[in-house]
Amino acid sequence: MDIPALSQHEQALRFRALRNQVLSSNIANADTPNYKARDLEFADALKGARHESLGMTQTSDLHKQAWGTSRDGGKTMYRIPTQPTLDGNTVEMDVEQAAFAENALQYRTSLAFLDGKIRTLRYALKGGD
Amino acid sequence: MSLFKVFDVAGSAMNAQSVRMNVTASNLANAGNVSGDPDKVYRAKQPVFSTFSSSLADQSGVQGVRLQGVVESNAPIQVRYQPGHPEANAEGNVYASNVSTVEEMVNMMSASRSYKNNVEMINTTKDLLLQTLSLGR
Repeated sequence: MDIPALSQHEQALRFRALRNQVLSSNIANADTPNYKARDLEFADALKGARHESLGMTQTSDLHKQAWGTSRDGGKTMYRIPTQPTLDGNTVEMDVEQAAFAENALQYRTSLAFLDGKIRTLRYALKGGD
Repeated sequence: MSLFKVFDVAGSAMNAQSVRMNVTASNLANAGNVSGDPDKVYRAKQPVFSTFSSSLADQSGVQGVRLQGVVESNAPIQVRYQPGHPEANAEGNVYASNVSTVEEMVNMMSASRSYKNNVEMINTTKDLLLQTLSLGR
């Protein structure tokens, strides 16, 4: 069963998990020559989601109901570095760490929202108490 | 669950950084080595990292770190005129290693900072996963 109230946050969590992965790859490769830092754009994922949410007809049960953040979370794009480096690496540790912390916080926010929704649903199911 | 890949990525980076630490330790330990033969003198070694994505491959381009190899520095070797040295050659010269202590100290700091960053990354991700597991409790 797909509960719309939950799936919204589930999609957001998926995007945050994916971004966490991309940012961790950046931090891990901070000393790899010629590595280019990447990131995901939330606005991009949202745009994809809006595009997907345009009423599409489901003619088969195999068709996925698509709305929320798009499944692949948008495209990964290369970060534009503010300072050049000698080894061609574009990872800027301060930027990456700030982004990583922000993303982890957003993940926790989505979790908190989801937790609240689940609590509300349980409250309703149990008829209070 | 894509969060689990972070452990692989950070683990590979920690592995690479620990090799870098070992190489730095070897360089610092041998910084004072001298030899009468310029071919036998210790040369500073540097690890070379590259990206690695065979088992982590997916469309998002998440990549771990792999040790591509260890290269020897081709910085010039110091020649010292020390005829009294037991290792001195016929001309009275000894050859000292080309390890730059300052460079190695910087390398050591950089490696330890990177290692710590990866540990923090694993801790944060672990927290996120544990929180996800306790969802709805």
